[in-house]
Amino acid sequence: MANPNGIGAPVRRREDARFLTGRGTYTDDINRPGQTHAVFVRSPYAHATIRGIDAAEAMQAPGVIAVLTGADMAADKVGSLPCGWQIHSKDGSPMKEPPHFPIARDRARYVGDAVAVVIAETREQAKDAAELVMVDYEELPAAVTSLKALEGGAPQVHDDVGGNLCFDWHLGDAAAVDAAFAQAAHVAKLDLINQRLVPKAMEPRAALGEYDRATGEHTLTTTSQNPHVIRLLMGAFVLGIPEHKLRVVAPDVGGGFGSKIFHYGEEAVVTWAAKKVGRPVKWTAERSESFLTDAHGRDHVSHAELALDKDGNFLALRVATVANMGAYLSTFAPSIPTYLYATLLAGQYKTPAIYAEVKAVFTNTVPVDAYRGAGRPEACYLIERLVEVAAAETGIDKAELRRRNFVPAAAMPYQTPVALQYDTGDFAKNLDIALPLVDYDGFAARKADSVRRGKLRGIGFATYIEACGIAPSNIAGALGARAGLYESAEVRFHPTGSVTVFTGSHSHGQGHETTFAQLVSERFGVPIENVEIVHGDTSKIPFGMGTYGSRSLAVGGSAIVKAMDKVERKAKKIAAHMLEAAEADIEAKDGRFVVAGTDKSLTIGDIALQAYVPHNFPLDELEPGLDEQAFYDPKNFTYPNGCHVCEVEIDPDTGVVQVVNFAAVDDFGRVINPLIVEGQVHGGLVQGIGQALLENCVYDPESGQLLTGSYMDYCMPRADDVPSFTVRYHEDQPCTHNPLGVKGCGEAGTIGASAAVMNAVVHALSEYGITHLDMPATPERVWQAIRHHTPAQAAE
Amino acid sequence: MYAFTYHRPKTVADATALLGQFEDPKLLGGGQTLLPTLKQRLARPSDLIDLGQIPELQGIGEEAGGLTVGAFTRHAQVAHSDTVQRVIPALASLAEGIGDRQVRNMGTLGGSICNADPSADYPAAVVALKATVRTDRREIAGDDFFTGMFETALEPGEIVTAVHFQKPDKAAYAKFRNPASRYAIVGVFVAVFGSEVRVAVTGAGPSVFRADDMEAALAQDFRADALNGASVSADGLNADIHASAEYRAHLVRVMARRAVEACG
Ligand SMILES: Cc1cc2nc3c(=O)[nH]c(=O)nc-3n(C[C@H](O)[C@H](O)[C@H](O)COP(=O)(O)OP(=O)(O)OC[C@H]3O[C@@H](n4cnc5c(N)ncnc54)[C@H](O)[C@@H]3O)c2cc1C
Repeated sequence: MANPNGIGAPVRRREDARFLTGRGTYTDDINRPGQTHAVFVRSPYAHATIRGIDAAEAMQAPGVIAVLTGADMAADKVGSLPCGWQIHSKDGSPMKEPPHFPIARDRARYVGDAVAVVIAETREQAKDAAELVMVDYEELPAAVTSLKALEGGAPQVHDDVGGNLCFDWHLGDAAAVDAAFAQAAHVAKLDLINQRLVPKAMEPRAALGEYDRATGEHTLTTTSQNPHVIRLLMGAFVLGIPEHKLRVVAPDVGGGFGSKIFHYGEEAVVTWAAKKVGRPVKWTAERSESFLTDAHGRDHVSHAELALDKDGNFLALRVATVANMGAYLSTFAPSIPTYLYATLLAGQYKTPAIYAEVKAVFTNTVPVDAYRGAGRPEACYLIERLVEVAAAETGIDKAELRRRNFVPAAAMPYQTPVALQYDTGDFAKNLDIALPLVDYDGFAARKADSVRRGKLRGIGFATYIEACGIAPSNIAGALGARAGLYESAEVRFHPTGSVTVFTGSHSHGQGHETTFAQLVSERFGVPIENVEIVHGDTSKIPFGMGTYGSRSLAVGGSAIVKAMDKVERKAKKIAAHMLEAAEADIEAKDGRFVVAGTDKSLTIGDIALQAYVPHNFPLDELEPGLDEQAFYDPKNFTYPNGCHVCEVEIDPDTGVVQVVNFAAVDDFGRVINPLIVEGQVHGGLVQGIGQALLENCVYDPESGQLLTGSYMDYCMPRADDVPSFTVRYHEDQPCTHNPLGVKGCGEAGTIGASAAVMNAVVHALSEYGITHLDMPATPERVWQAIRHHTPAQAAE
Repeated sequence: MYAFTYHRPKTVADATALLGQFEDPKLLGGGQTLLPTLKQRLARPSDLIDLGQIPELQGIGEEAGGLTVGAFTRHAQVAHSDTVQRVIPALASLAEGIGDRQVRNMGTLGGSICNADPSADYPAAVVALKATVRTDRREIAGDDFFTGMFETALEPGEIVTAVHFQKPDKAAYAKFRNPASRYAIVGVFVAVFGSEVRVAVTGAGPSVFRADDMEAALAQDFRADALNGASVSADGLNADIHASAEYRAHLVRVMARRAVEACG
């Protein structure tokens, strides 16, 4: 009988009981004796010189222990927050990397930039005193939007970054692209904006710093997706604390979506201040602080052109993108609009020549970095919108145009012109599954029905591919990563046969405690209840890189498999010894270790017990214990792909877009837990639909004030904004280079959905001659577009 | 939030007495507007006087053919009241469309109209249903109650005790929600009393207003199409990142049409 909790089983999340009943332990739930509270004084200006800070009155306020500033940090030689990825411009020069201090020193560069921190007995006292810190600002003109920041004479965000240009990078073969365009029968062109988004994890960021005077050990408890990365960056670059004296714990974390990958200044401040004041220091963001200070996502302005021959074959793609970096470089910011974006511009198509140019720009806004999908939604949106424009212009059916240009399954592995090598994928198959799911052929009838009710109707596709399982360290290193991107695991059998798995991945909503346990249960036949997954504490787990880029299972899970391989090898040795057989004759099957051709066998539990009670082990050949560690460095990225189809109905009187149907067909390789996968897809789709229709981070273009600083103005998608999804996957195209055959599913929904929705919206509006609309397609935007176009009814 | 002293009087008279006693007191209704304001430290009252335990401010009853709703009646109570659903169903459905469930379970009629948010829903009902606002000292005609953006005819320390709504022959409220906050970007309440038609518009302007042209057109011919010639000027309407003034002006007509259609 199949293991009910093994690979492929829809096991309910084991962590849900804890999370759904309020029993989780999040950073802010942790309180230490003698704990103090930090509240930051933040710049109310987008750009201002800090002429002086007078904390005298604040120091006198009740409960205040310290008021610390950038100058205090400088005096203690606290460093700048490092950037983890280096990009080189076209001319070979390295990107501009201005310092990014945890507390600003002489200039504040965005609304919310930390200027001082107040530490007091209670949070309220710290807040009261923060209002008494007198900062003498001299307001400066601000560079707010990326295009304005690039204009001559724009305010300079950093004095030594001329023209606010961080880098001017390119990828691909410009000459080949030019040659192909010269031959083109048709060129489709599009200008588009991928708007800025605010990430919105349910749990706001928080950090708790502690210092043990007796041992000299620092502990930082923080809302992080990757505690070891924080330990490395903060310890080595910012605070100069050796790693054996710095413990970083990321306990239960209530969602991240990328925004908790990065090393933030607040983490360094509480760690540093805890030693300074001799007591634990806690900071928890308020929601409005999260809006102002969590790294934002997206914010691209692009021009794209696609050359086609007379039969609709894609000949070449040319893309120019301006990416907003915000005021400073966040940890992985430079990699997002480059190697996680331009490398995906081939999409699912065999376009032979591609050339992309990306200018990264500093502005007086909060830093921009990875946000669910990170570069890949931007790439997918651009290609898929452009393909739809090409379909409309050439009159070729949009499904057919895609099919004609897909990289065929038989061509795998396929080397794209933009650096990646896809291992597997059957894009036509995804489309074949999707079309009947949405009754593509019945669209005309549904549309007629909408028209009868005075509504518009459209259907749109997005066929996406993403690079996940980040990343082969050698490739990442060659592309500028300043870190390796492997993952670690330790599988520890206990004497009674239960198992603790230590993983370098981090779960902040993804259900690792379930999925990873399924791997162990499947492999060794251990009941899932007997498997514990430990993550998030640098004092417990081996050095790990954490969770982002849909990498946990593909990289972290593979590391667990490697560790299990080692456990199995060791267990075979022990079994051979116990059963008095040759090691080569031991077969591991469904959790039993059998002497081939006999009925002699042992369970892993029997073996574990012997491993720790090695009364007669041949010690020169066999060590006691059953506890193995592995590091897995992927050989390639993984390439989840799929076909998303969206159908919308639009009320032309109000401009309201309603998503009436959405189907997602995905190829995630092998699926370990279909329930969790489906949940990840649903969440991703909602985020993608949110970007398409609702979410928009707006800064006042002159003052740089954040206009969408709360949920009253920043529109989160809610359950009633989305339809019931039809989600399918197939497992015919497993990843060829990792042991589980898995590809990753965490970001897929977000990557495909926005393009599918916008393609449907534009399709619905096409009868007005509308060929493009920027996201979000808010009611007013749609209404205005309709108003400024006349229906092409005569032509119909 | 700054520190304040909290009071919970049992009668309106006690509440009034408390109001007179302190330097900067503030009445607390359902707290859905006031508490976020306090949390963001945008207000600093010395004392909060919670109206939640005063029986006189509660309850929904029929009176003179219409409805009297106590000031401390929560939105959810209005929405789910059999009496309201029977006498003025449009009022129940308006309450059901306010904010989200949490807001409806806490927010009150009195708090909503005293706050006079330009995008609140109730002001449209107060004006369209020829309501009378009762306070601890007088009665104020609904038409005179809202005087501007976040401004009312209330005097300092005046407590709203109830609102009396007249029963229309037919009425309906059509709302275009702000997708983020779910307040009204535009809300139009249409009510018919004999030959009189009232069209009260909230969300669009600084304060609720009556659309005279539309009222006149509908009084002539109570059909949605009668509104084709009537319009509201965009001049002076609200504009924000969600909706321009011209879009709001357009939505007033669309919502008015829908309200007329919903009147049946
Ligand atoms: C997320 C969200 C969404 C919302 N959406 C909507 C919406 O769609 N439509 C809508 O109309 N509203 C909406 N609201 C507002 C909501 O209806 C509030 O209930 C209302 O604004 C205030 O009512 P309250 O009872 O909570 O009053 P409070 O917040 O307690 O008080 C508001 C003001 O009224 C004063 N006050 C309260 N009661 C009295 C009284 N009896 N006499 C004199 N003064 C008094 C208070 O002193 C205070 O100044 C929303 C609010 C939130 C938070």
